[in-house]
Amino acid sequence: MSHSTRCAACKSLKRRCPKDCVLAPYFPPNNPQRFACVHKIFGASNTTKMLEQLPLHLRAVGADCMSFEASSRVEDPVYGSVRIISQLQEQIIEAQSELVKTKGEIDFHNAQQQLQQQPMQQLQMIHAIAQEGEDQPLWLSSSQQDPFPNVNQQLLEDYNYSNTFCGFEF
Amino acid sequence: MGGNSPCASCKLLRRRCAKDCIFAPYFPSDDPHKFAIVHKVFGASNVSKMLQELPVHQRADAVSSLVYEANARVRDPVYGCVGAISYLQNQVSQLQMQLAVAQAEILCIQMQQEPVMPTPQMDPDDKSSYLFNDSLPQYLNFSSSSNVIHDSFKRESIFGHDMVS
Repeated sequence: MSHSTRCAACKSLKRRCPKDCVLAPYFPPNNPQRFACVHKIFGASNTTKMLEQLPLHLRAVGADCMSFEASSRVEDPVYGSVRIISQLQEQIIEAQSELVKTKGEIDFHNAQQQLQQQPMQQLQMIHAIAQEGEDQPLWLSSSQQDPFPNVNQQLLEDYNYSNTFCGFEF
Repeated sequence: MGGNSPCASCKLLRRRCAKDCIFAPYFPSDDPHKFAIVHKVFGASNVSKMLQELPVHQRADAVSSLVYEANARVRDPVYGCVGAISYLQNQVSQLQMQLAVAQAEILCIQMQQEPVMPTPQMDPDDKSSYLFNDSLPQYLNFSSSSNVIHDSFKRESIFGHDMVS
C-alpha cells in the first residue's frame, strides 16, 4: 500500500511512496524545496537513517533542524549555520564587555558617594560622642592624646573651621 | 598532498588517493576521525560536490564548518547546531537584559547627581531607546532538550581567524 499522493522525498527520488515512508510526515509534497535542500546537503539515505535513529515524538523537530541546517548551508555554502553561531559568540563577548564596563561605572559612582559621605559620618559620630557628656570634643584639647586615632585630624579641623559645613559648631 | 600516503578519506573509502584528491588537503591521514564524522553526517560524495563548487581559498573554512556541524549533530542528534544557536540566543538575551538594568542604574545615579532642572516635555512618539541595543534577529524558536553541548559551544572557537564580515 502506498500514499495516494507521494511525499516530496519520494517524488524527488522518483519512487513509490509506501504508507510507512519514514520521510513522508516531515516532507510534504507541497514543499519540495525543503526536501531538495536536505537531499543536497545530507543525502536522502543519511536523512532517513538520522530520522530513524530518533524516537517518533522527536522526529518532527529533528527534521525541522536538519531542514534549517541544510537551507543555511545552501544559502551559505562556506559557513552554513555555523556563521550564526560565530555571530552570536561575538555578540556575547561584546555584551559581556559592555556589562563589565557599565558595572565598573556603577561601582565607581558608588565609591565616590561613599567617599563624600564618610567625613560627614565621622563628624556626626564625634558630635554625638561629644554631646554625651563632654564639654568639648577631646581632640580640640592639644594636651590630650588623640582619642580617635582612626579619624583624619586635618580633615576634621578643616570641617570644623568651615562656617558653612552643615551648621555644626564646636 | 596525496603522494604515497593516502589521505584519511581515501583510507576510509578504501581507494587510491590521487594526486589531485579533493579531500587530501583537508583530511590528513593523522586525523581519521575528522573525515569519519563528516562522512557519517553528510556523506563523502555530498562533501566532495560541496567542495568542488567552492573556490579553493574557501574550502578550508568550509571543511571546518562542516566538521563543526557534523560534531554538533553527533553530540545532539535531534537539534544539532540548532541547539547551540538556541542556547547562544538565550545567552545574548540574558546579557542584554542585564545590560539594560545596569544602564538604567547608571542613569539613576547620573540623575541624582545633576542639579534639579525643569522636567522636559516628553515626546510620546519618541521611540528611541538608548537603554536597549537593537533587538537580536530571532533565528529560530527551538528550545534544545540537550544540555550536553552547551558549555562547549559557549567558548568554542571555530576558526582561527575572523570569518564574520
